[in-house]
Amino acid sequence: MRFAVVRFGGSNCDLDTVYVLEDVIGVRTDLVWYRDGLRRGYDAVVLPGGFSYGDYLRAGAIAARTPIMADVLRHANNGGLVLGICNGAQIGAESGLVPGVFTRNGEPRFVCRPIWLRVETTESPFTNLFRRGEVIRLTVAHGEGRYVADPDVIRRLNREKRVALRYCDSGGHITAEANPNGSIEGIAGVLSEHRNVLVMMPHPERASEPVLGSEDGRRIFESMVAHCCREPGAKD
Amino acid sequence: MQYDVTITIALKEGMLDPEARAIRNSLDHLGIPTLSLFTARWFKIGLEAADRDDAAARAREICERVLANPVIHRYEIEVA
Repeated sequence: MRFAVVRFGGSNCDLDTVYVLEDVIGVRTDLVWYRDGLRRGYDAVVLPGGFSYGDYLRAGAIAARTPIMADVLRHANNGGLVLGICNGAQIGAESGLVPGVFTRNGEPRFVCRPIWLRVETTESPFTNLFRRGEVIRLTVAHGEGRYVADPDVIRRLNREKRVALRYCDSGGHITAEANPNGSIEGIAGVLSEHRNVLVMMPHPERASEPVLGSEDGRRIFESMVAHCCREPGAKD
Repeated sequence: MQYDVTITIALKEGMLDPEARAIRNSLDHLGIPTLSLFTARWFKIGLEAADRDDAAARAREICERVLANPVIHRYEIEVA
């Protein structure tokens, strides 16, 4: 089994993500510079957090139009897993891996704090080790994390159970106060049509060891590994 | 022919504009009340094109492929 973490100019959570995958979970992981493209097959590609291209134009907009994203789209179209975290989520939305967009927070300030999330579906390669409705603790750190999509898209996401994570309070209630950025319906993580892509604003890699105050994020990565173990043809 | 095109990218009608709200609040604090305020981004681009229609078509492509996100943005193009 082999994962890739793509490093763009301005990525800054790339090494944290590689560390969690390689040293905490034990998955062989390549750090791939965006100019090098995906030169081999991977079970999963992670687009990490950061500020690719200084968030110029719109967060994720420039990175989404780099040639390596054609490789990532091909990987996803072939059923490979893609996890976009924070800036990686913005890149994923900008490149059309999922519908909608993550834009300027409702209150125009950077939010950096622990939040609660409710796991809305366990029917995905990223959440299969959680319980449906489980409340987990991760952190957010973003200025452009407010999820926006047309009402028709939101209805479809709900109908197809493609909202994987919503911001909630510690009791699992979806409230305006618990929503750090004004996302529609508290949406924090969205699955692609075939459920093999998850983009999420919170940072699972920052909640993967006890010393960090939460290990809930690790189960996102462990879910991916569990999924890949079940699928035939894991990459060397 | 060389053309200068100017492109304005703005939020679609009804979209929340947090920057505009912050700027209005600031103006209020300065004692300058406003009835409304919208933000937009403005680009000036030099293009080689066969004619004005061709320049406008290239500008549209630039908007749709890069400058605007159709989920939240609308755009206006002027060819000088």
